[in-house]
Amino acid sequence: MDNLFLLIPAFPLAGFLILVTGRNRLSRRFIALVGAGSVCLSAIITIMVGLAFLSSTPPTGFYSQTLWTWLDVADFNPEITLKLDALSLVFVFVITFIGALIHIYSAGFMAHDTDYARFFASMNLFVVSMLLLVLADNLLLLYLGWEGVGLCSYLLIGFWYENPVNGYAARKAFTITRIGDTAMAIGLFMIFYQFGTLVISEISSTATVVLRQNTSGATVIALLLLAGGIGKSAQLPLQTWLPDAMAGPSPVSALIHAATMVTAGVYLIARLHVIFELSPVAQMTVAIIGAATLFVAGMSALTQFDIKRVLAYSTISQIGYMFLALGVGAWTAAVFHFMVHAFFKALLFLAAGAIIESLHHEHNMFKMGGLKNKMPLIFWTFLAGAVSLAAIPLISSGFYSKDQILWYAWAAEKGNPMLWFVAFFGAFITAAYTTRMMIVTFYGEPKTEIGHLPGKLMTVPLVVLAIFSLIAGFIELPHNFGHFTLFSDLLSPVFPATELRVEENTEWLFQLLAVLATFGGVYLSYIFYYKQPYRIEKLRQSALANGLYNFWFSGWGFDRLYNSLFVGPFVFISGINKNDVVDKIYTGISAGTNGIYRLLSDTQTGSLRWYIMGMVIGAIVVLGLQIIL
Amino acid sequence: MKSTIPIEMVMLLAGLLFALGIAGVVIRKNIVFMLLSVEIMLNAAGLAFIAAGSRWSQPDGQVMFVFILAMAAAEVSIGLALILQIYHQHKSLDIDKLKEMNG
Repeated sequence: MDNLFLLIPAFPLAGFLILVTGRNRLSRRFIALVGAGSVCLSAIITIMVGLAFLSSTPPTGFYSQTLWTWLDVADFNPEITLKLDALSLVFVFVITFIGALIHIYSAGFMAHDTDYARFFASMNLFVVSMLLLVLADNLLLLYLGWEGVGLCSYLLIGFWYENPVNGYAARKAFTITRIGDTAMAIGLFMIFYQFGTLVISEISSTATVVLRQNTSGATVIALLLLAGGIGKSAQLPLQTWLPDAMAGPSPVSALIHAATMVTAGVYLIARLHVIFELSPVAQMTVAIIGAATLFVAGMSALTQFDIKRVLAYSTISQIGYMFLALGVGAWTAAVFHFMVHAFFKALLFLAAGAIIESLHHEHNMFKMGGLKNKMPLIFWTFLAGAVSLAAIPLISSGFYSKDQILWYAWAAEKGNPMLWFVAFFGAFITAAYTTRMMIVTFYGEPKTEIGHLPGKLMTVPLVVLAIFSLIAGFIELPHNFGHFTLFSDLLSPVFPATELRVEENTEWLFQLLAVLATFGGVYLSYIFYYKQPYRIEKLRQSALANGLYNFWFSGWGFDRLYNSLFVGPFVFISGINKNDVVDKIYTGISAGTNGIYRLLSDTQTGSLRWYIMGMVIGAIVVLGLQIIL
Repeated sequence: MKSTIPIEMVMLLAGLLFALGIAGVVIRKNIVFMLLSVEIMLNAAGLAFIAAGSRWSQPDGQVMFVFILAMAAAEVSIGLALILQIYHQHKSLDIDKLKEMNG
């Protein structure tokens, strides 16, 4: 079992290589088989390795395998070492299992696309990069996966590159995440400078000693790493790329949002939690960013009419919850919410993709309507995801994971009432926009004719994900009912326990409040969008409400701000420098030599008498100088 | 027999001859006259060598003059051959009409 886990990233890598070299020579059946099959094999092996890991956890707490030394320069010799511990296992499980379902779905969803092989090759590479990221034992290898994920997101968001808008969205995602990546690279340099190594386990074990006298050093490193995480996970203020990333095919959105890219930031902070714990300032920043993001994105989700954009803002908001949990030191709660969120968000995206395709690429929810009876299977699976997203108590897994975060935002030693209140209000908004989405899409009058219903390749993954969305939460139950802690027991060797600052026995009160928030949100949307829709019309009449609506709809004006702050000036400066100031030097040099050439060529008149005259004058000058000097 | 003409006078004569030769080369348009002027310059140089050799009683000056004579003979034969060719090609001996080798 020790070595078997190497096959997990190896299969998708092989799939990627086959598809890239074969490209258009392969049949579509074979492409789908390789593309989806490789990830499915990885998922099967992950489950086997995972079961072995759970039944007899190795005494060290991890499997590790060194493949080769990457480079060897003086004191710097990073190795290609893969390491599987409990935290990696959770991520690998989500990546391969959900990734496999998304790949199967893609085989159906992309069936009529011309660039079948390119799609699956990019998807496989995406999975490989993400696996490398979570399995890396040193930060350099992690950074390789980190950048690979960024590259693949660029390739896939701009997959339908014939439309310039998609290319723009891809470039935007690439550029904005690059800002975070640069900060993270600087952070890695600082870590190497301080620790002399990039191996994660060595950093974790020596961090307290190395950084004890140097809290500001820990803060700087933690903030730089946080900036990297913010970029990848689309948190404030680098979140603007994610809604535009909806330009890619729906399975790509599902993969980015559920299993791979946006969770990379969560993983990074969880993996290097020791450094964050040394700097209370940085950890507080993580919590504040998470809280602010979940609020900002939630309000935006409430106003969107493109179903995929609602889900995109919802992802930003849910990742905000994970950051909040990381910030208050509730490490397991964050990872737990990551896992649960991956199930229901993948489900929601895939179901939304199925709807969009059946309605002839109609993205606008307000042009859907009445799908409840026409697409019953999609309705029920979507409902399962929505219930989990809205955190309906007891029956949905989303409740168990989100309630935990709400509780820790209040009760953890680093939590405080403000954080709790924002998270509480966020839960209310989440329920409201989820209900709005359900009502507008599935109820009311049908507004668009249905083309064809999705095939088996697309519906089976939906059903599997729906089941997991409902039951995945039951592996971790709150203290007051059941106190069943399979998940946090698994992660307990990796993370320190969360310290509480209040009595545990008040937890039921906060659970009750969370339930109230959820049902309040559901009720609000029920009134405004189902029972008395004229109210929303009346609300839109008032200038204030309409102004706020437009403000939230445009994502709080972040795009406009960045356009006027960075893009505008940049375009202006490059407009001034259109003729390239630096290039002037070289143009000058070439113009100068050209002039000298013309002068000299004028002396070559061909007139023999001029040459002789020149010689005579030269001789006179030389002789004259001889005499004078 | 001791010379009574001072060396300065001979050198002055040689200088004048040389200057005349140069003037001829530069001013004349006709290639034949330019060649003649070159000969005059060579002779001026030869005169200077003879005078110098006589003044310091060294044979080197005369040896040098024999060299110059030989060189002048070679130069004239090549020069005349060139002039014949030029005339054959261009039907003219005007040096200003032969400006084809400009830059």
